[in-house]
Amino acid sequence: MISANLSAIFYLISGVLFILALRGLSSPETSRQGNFFGILGMIIAVTVTFLSTGNFSTGFVYVLIFILVGGSIGAFIAYRIPMTAMPELVAGFHSLVGLAAVFVAISAFLNPEAFNLGYQGNIKLGSLIEMSIGAAVGAITFSGSIIAFLKLQGIMSGSPITFKGQHPLNAIILISIIVLIYFLCSTQSSNLFWILLAVSFLIGFLLIIPIGGADMPVVISMLNSYSGWAAAGIGFTLENTALIITGALVGSSGAILSYIMCKGMNRSFFNVILGGFGATDEKSNTSSKEQRPVKSGNADDAAFLMKNASSVIIVPGYGMAVAQAQHALREMVDTLKKNDIKVSYAIHPVAGRMPGHMNVLLAEANVPYDEVFELEEINNDFANADVAFVIGANDVTNPVAKTDPQSPIYGMPVLDVEKCKSVLFVKRSLSPGYAGIDNDLFYKENTLMLFADAKKMTEDITKNL
Amino acid sequence: MEIDPLIFRLSIFILSIFVGYYVVWSVTPSLHTPLMSVTNAISSVIIVGAIIAGLSGNSGSVFNTSSIFGFLAIALAAINIFGGFLVTQRMLAMYKKKKKDKK
Repeated sequence: MISANLSAIFYLISGVLFILALRGLSSPETSRQGNFFGILGMIIAVTVTFLSTGNFSTGFVYVLIFILVGGSIGAFIAYRIPMTAMPELVAGFHSLVGLAAVFVAISAFLNPEAFNLGYQGNIKLGSLIEMSIGAAVGAITFSGSIIAFLKLQGIMSGSPITFKGQHPLNAIILISIIVLIYFLCSTQSSNLFWILLAVSFLIGFLLIIPIGGADMPVVISMLNSYSGWAAAGIGFTLENTALIITGALVGSSGAILSYIMCKGMNRSFFNVILGGFGATDEKSNTSSKEQRPVKSGNADDAAFLMKNASSVIIVPGYGMAVAQAQHALREMVDTLKKNDIKVSYAIHPVAGRMPGHMNVLLAEANVPYDEVFELEEINNDFANADVAFVIGANDVTNPVAKTDPQSPIYGMPVLDVEKCKSVLFVKRSLSPGYAGIDNDLFYKENTLMLFADAKKMTEDITKNL
Repeated sequence: MEIDPLIFRLSIFILSIFVGYYVVWSVTPSLHTPLMSVTNAISSVIIVGAIIAGLSGNSGSVFNTSSIFGFLAIALAAINIFGGFLVTQRMLAMYKKKKKDKK
């Protein structure tokens, strides 16, 4: 058994290692080392906990068994999961952090003596407040992430679910959570604790159902942030530095990612959270423009255009992930490179269903990361490129965002694809994208629509090159 | 008058938020997905609390209501720790630079 002071120092060390783990992600070269620091921090934290409890009886064996069971499940998932399913996986993992926070809070509430928090029915006020906040945020994270997971997995429809009085109802529930915490702290009643948990689960569910599929990057980042705050809440209860530091890191990390995602869509955080986007704007734009002519082509035309180009920029989007076209795309690019054509990739901040989604898929297909560029880095290059190859992206290329102040996406930063000499647009049909608006790019003089499944089309182009 | 230890923890918390803020802004956007999976893994350090809860039963009976919740939390957090770090490792291994010999 080691002293409380010594274990506090070790918890601090593991907190610092977690900071270094995130710091490593500033570049791909240092990232693997960063991950190693993270693992080391975790090993230190767990070992110190064992040593400080000094309990190596039967209970210890059970702890090891549960770690082993959970660990094998986790390892199995980590090796088996396809890269296209990363958003679902991350949402699923968030729900587990949330639920673990709830369970720890329940355990501490039922047996406060084990945590040095007072006695049942007479828990220290500060601890009780921290505990109930941690439990409530954890519960919200859990049920919210479950809904996000179901939507991403396609088990639940990705379209927003809205009903009358939704926002007032949510507001009432949120206020009732605060009231419940107040009464819980003044009465120490366990019934109120259970009601608090139930209501928190409910609000997590209600908060996420009105948010549509393409807003998932914001939702996932937000839930990431919540899971951090839940961990921090529990960290305060347990007086554990490692947990407090980590909670703060994760909380701010998720908040920054949500901010970046919102900025990428030019929408305020509240606008996204209140939801219902894309469900209402459909009628205004589509009816009058349907008759406009489009040029469509086949793989042969596309191959011809690209063969005669000297530089090509590829714009991938969620459709590429759905069609699993990243490997076929890389093969096409390899063929282009053999013909001395310069190829680069342009990634919009909100392309895909989570931050960095496209980058991971391209990395999986062995695309070197120094050929992949962010919006600001590459946007000026479109004017000098010969061909833009849009595969599975839509709204993020829509020039309407720059020209039409009436448009719901007006002001959103978009890739200046239309400045290219010619645009190849792979899409299954002319249907509007997520925002429910027509893409002006379809009707431009220099656009050639390729109506097909993204993977099949890319393979066909490669054959024709 | 002595300062409540809570204030010290609050200071650590607030300062860590600032550290997190600056560290996360320096993360390159192409690594945002690994960032999410690794933050997932490290927030499972909540397992520390779960272990204390799991070991809270007395020597006579390992399992009571409180420790059962602890054990469940241990399993959940362990899924996250192993899953999170390993999947991050798997992703990071895929990020490669352009090979010079291949044109």
